[in-house]
Amino acid sequence: MLGFIARRVLATIPVMLVVAVVVFLLLHLSPGDPAAIIAGDNATDADIERVRASLGLDRPLVVQFVLWLSGLLHGDLGVSVFNKVPVWTLIAQRLEPTVAITIATMLFAVSLAVPLGVIAAWKAGTWIDHAIMGLAVIAFSAPVFLIGYALVYEFARQWRVLPVQGYTALAQGIGPFLLHLVLPALSLGLIFMALLARMTRSTMLDVLGEDYIRTARAKGLAPRTVLLRHALKNASVPIVTTIGLGVALLIGGVVVTESVFAIPGVGRLTIEAVTQRDYPVIQGVILVASFAYVLINLAIDLAYAFLDPRIRY
Amino acid sequence: MTALRRHPRIAFGGTLLVALTLLSLLAPWIAPYDPVVLDVAHRLRPPNAQHWFGTDAYGRDILTRTLYGGRVSLLIGLTVAILSTVLGTAIGLVAGYFRWMDSLVMRIMDGLMAIPGILLAVAMLSLMRASVQTVVIAITVPEVPRVVRLVRAVVLSLREQTFVQGAIASGSRLPRILLRHILPNATTPIIVQATYIAASAVLIEAYLGFLGVGTPPEIPSWGNIIADGRNFIMLAIWNVLFPGMFLGIMVLSINVLGDGVRDLLDPRIARRM
Repeated sequence: MLGFIARRVLATIPVMLVVAVVVFLLLHLSPGDPAAIIAGDNATDADIERVRASLGLDRPLVVQFVLWLSGLLHGDLGVSVFNKVPVWTLIAQRLEPTVAITIATMLFAVSLAVPLGVIAAWKAGTWIDHAIMGLAVIAFSAPVFLIGYALVYEFARQWRVLPVQGYTALAQGIGPFLLHLVLPALSLGLIFMALLARMTRSTMLDVLGEDYIRTARAKGLAPRTVLLRHALKNASVPIVTTIGLGVALLIGGVVVTESVFAIPGVGRLTIEAVTQRDYPVIQGVILVASFAYVLINLAIDLAYAFLDPRIRY
Repeated sequence: MTALRRHPRIAFGGTLLVALTLLSLLAPWIAPYDPVVLDVAHRLRPPNAQHWFGTDAYGRDILTRTLYGGRVSLLIGLTVAILSTVLGTAIGLVAGYFRWMDSLVMRIMDGLMAIPGILLAVAMLSLMRASVQTVVIAITVPEVPRVVRLVRAVVLSLREQTFVQGAIASGSRLPRILLRHILPNATTPIIVQATYIAASAVLIEAYLGFLGVGTPPEIPSWGNIIADGRNFIMLAIWNVLFPGMFLGIMVLSINVLGDGVRDLLDPRIARRM
């Protein structure tokens, strides 16, 4: 057990190292002079040289990478070019809305997708199955901003029961906080729900074809018991794995959702950083997002090892 | 015709996609107005007989711009699907066949997959001058690992099979083994994957345009039409609604087509689906 945990934890190191190398090389391999890109279109030669010196871009590439990496390992993501604040401070200020939307979306999507997928698998081939899967492929194809703006439009004009823009921090009261999350989670959650429902259905169909399901049925267990206690329990590993892998998709979707609902989260920070050519901030956001993704998937894998003794490397 | 009736998904997705493709390709001939010329006197007009989809904040015809926008989406969806499939297949074949390459290549792919695709694309586009080519590159890079993983998994399962071992034993050269024996057995999942990648590329292209890092403003795309219209949604929802619906329908048609192709080519999975 300890060996498995140690191996699984160690396996995240090369992944994060690759992420760091990619993020580093993006800036340095991109066509053009990184200092000039960061300094902007109207920069004078002196400005460019100042950026070059302040970011250490005049040193050899390997030296730059080692210095940058050792900074990262000490939790130093660098300093914003635009307002000279540490990148981590900027991200930390914007983290709450992004995490809140991600969790709300996840809860909404999972709580609908799993029952829908189970029902579709149980009723496979019937009109119920076709209806659920038809809706799933439509939801899966619907652009986040189309759903988002349609909801904003309707809720702002007619059903004035929910806030349609912005964000309220949890510290300012749980009611307003939750109300502000409803529409963003709905817009983003539909796509994710559809993806999970499809996955749940096909995994459940696999499991329902197994011998032990036939045995459970043959010994006269109620269909509900077979479905939930025998089938869903065994289908849960691939389903939860899909949820974990889907986090990368979800983080990308949050960037768009924050933009639709004017929510001051990490996604908006990224887009602001792009317009200000604040490359250290963009790098920092990517590193934090990838790290979160790797940690979530590590947690999921380790949870399995505790729950299911068959899972080992 | 009977073949189409037997595969309603291919018929449905294919018809929609062909219709959208024709509308976009024929845009210069069928679009009622010019996509970029401003007409401020007629700004933000609701849909009417002259402007079926209404006009935007600069008086440009939304129908015209939506038709032209489809050209960019189609071009980028198709190019990304082909490019990421070709690159991913080549890398996947090498990784799956040569054990010493495998762990190195797969660690790199794991790392790339840990970066949320849209963020990676945004970062790349913030460094390159926005053009159709750079958008294609920025969407392709995050998609390649998906193909690599798929192709590698197929190669790993095939290389121990008797017919591959037989080909090796009989002295076939490596390119022949990979291209004649292994690749043909991997084409079905690759084609299905390529379809889904095309759908996702169309969607991501629109997201990038919406976020302001996509194709330059002088080329109308569904993403940047919506980005232009977002400040006027309460006054002129049609700015967002029509291009958004075209985008949704195109993504839907490609996804349904993908499901249909999967069912057609791989009946084993189809029975389960």
